[in-house]
Amino acid sequence: MTLSEGDLAAIWLTLRLAGITTVLLLIIGTPIAWWLAHTQSKWKGPVGAVVALPLVLPPTVLGFYLLLAMGPNGPVGQFTQWLGIGTLPFTFWGLVVASVFYSMPFVVQPIQNAIESLGPRPLEVAATLRAGPWDRFWSVVLPLARPGFVTASILGFAHTVGEFGVVLMIGGNIAGETRVVSVQIYDHVEAMEYAQAHGLAAVMVVFSFLVLLALYTWNPGKTRVGMP
Amino acid sequence: MSASSIQARFRLAYPEFTLDVDLDLPGRGVTALFGHSGSGKTTLLRLIAGLTRAPDGHLSMKGEVWQDGRTFLPTHKRSLGYVFQEASLFPHLTARGNLLYGMKRAAERLDPAALDHVIDLLGIGGLLERRPHQLSGGERQRVGIARALAVKPRLLLMDEPLAALDLARKQEILPYLERLHEELDIPVLYVSHAPDEVARLADHIVFMRAGRADVAGPLSETLARLDLPIHLGEDAGVVLDAVVTERDEQWYLARATFTDNPDAGVWVRDSVNPGGHAIGHPVRVRILARDVSLAVTRHSGTSIQNILPGVVETLADDNHPALALVRVNVGGARVVARLTRRSAHDLGLAPGKIVYAQIKAVALIG
Repeated sequence: MTLSEGDLAAIWLTLRLAGITTVLLLIIGTPIAWWLAHTQSKWKGPVGAVVALPLVLPPTVLGFYLLLAMGPNGPVGQFTQWLGIGTLPFTFWGLVVASVFYSMPFVVQPIQNAIESLGPRPLEVAATLRAGPWDRFWSVVLPLARPGFVTASILGFAHTVGEFGVVLMIGGNIAGETRVVSVQIYDHVEAMEYAQAHGLAAVMVVFSFLVLLALYTWNPGKTRVGMP
Repeated sequence: MSASSIQARFRLAYPEFTLDVDLDLPGRGVTALFGHSGSGKTTLLRLIAGLTRAPDGHLSMKGEVWQDGRTFLPTHKRSLGYVFQEASLFPHLTARGNLLYGMKRAAERLDPAALDHVIDLLGIGGLLERRPHQLSGGERQRVGIARALAVKPRLLLMDEPLAALDLARKQEILPYLERLHEELDIPVLYVSHAPDEVARLADHIVFMRAGRADVAGPLSETLARLDLPIHLGEDAGVVLDAVVTERDEQWYLARATFTDNPDAGVWVRDSVNPGGHAIGHPVRVRILARDVSLAVTRHSGTSIQNILPGVVETLADDNHPALALVRVNVGGARVVARLTRRSAHDLGLAPGKIVYAQIKAVALIG
């Protein structure tokens, strides 16, 4: 069981996609999670529902709308063309954008839960000890909600690695550009290359197992957040 | 506007009650915010800290405006220390880390010698490398108090710091609080619903009821009032400042002479420590109304050691229809006696009548 050059390219592409997506999601998702955890706005419900949509939508539906939006006639497509960077579908960065939407709930929800379970008290204590808002985030929220951020990163990364339907809709199947592992396995099966498919599928099984093992080892059921 | 006091004016409507206060609090000593739970004490403290916002409030701290009109100084820019009911130490930091958290950020902080003194005062020197979960409730609260003091606040706010502790832990911390009381030269606002804590620690008292601050004033003067908005029941009584002037070593008694009347005083149990209470040492004595009885002639052949002649000032009904409270002026100092209304009637008690206050028990506090 050896991995072909194409397989290795697909693995590298997948890791790159998942890594970039996870970093972007931590940057974008944290303020959304913070807002959802603290707001009393009537928009909390609708925004939370939109964030969670990818959990229940078939990936093809999400991919279809993203394809339309990012296509030459869609609002995002018009904007990217105006910026002079062409359109995003069938490019790596198109996949990144789609993955950010697709994996959003897996990053936002663990962070939101961790922040909610902290409660307002640690932040109030920090404020009475002269810490300003940013300072409070870095010195209190981040360390105390760390299990939530770890879970969010691992789930966001793993979920992006596992996507298939959205990739097919947005990225198609371009070697080195959008052909991720899941698509590569599909190709192998279509071409009746079962041995090749086995190799790559086994890599995915081992990877997924290790990710979950890491998650359950570092973050056992009782996350240590909150004040004693 | 006085530059030496804390002026707080807030109005904030809640579903259950409306907080509506306009207070001029003394700029020194311990002021107790006293009342039942739900009376708005903690809310008032949070408003002063800036943790809760009341639009149109006004707050000035010794001439420095913290809130007025559009001005609202956020909590982290107010020179205050806050001790929460549960110590609320940061669990990811050691006790030392908790102490240093505020010190690293404060514009003014204790110098190392002063910090050592606070650590000493609260007896936490041996606990500094421990994590909060390795500390007992009382130890956590002591670290919490030291943490609030380490930022060298101009105002210390304490929200029922003993309420979450059992009786033994309370007894463990109270002496530390008393030492703080003697040494701190900043104003302290101390929220409590426990009369014994107030009697031991406070210099001033504000009675809070249903969101309003009804009665406020110096502790001994205020406790001697019979028209208090909150019936103290078994805890009704006075607290008097006194000085130890004499010791009777044979019988382990010390004489506490009232500051308000150097001719009057009471005998109290002396400390069993070698040397007892030092002569000249300022103390507080608490005399509960239930421990005072009145006689119109001086009795002899009684076991009661402390019998003070005085004049009846006022009478008032107590919370039970059979009982009355009587305030007696013993040469400047005031004690309150609780009797049945029948005995008050039988003795013909009325303002101006000369009586002998027989004091069965005196607690020496502080």
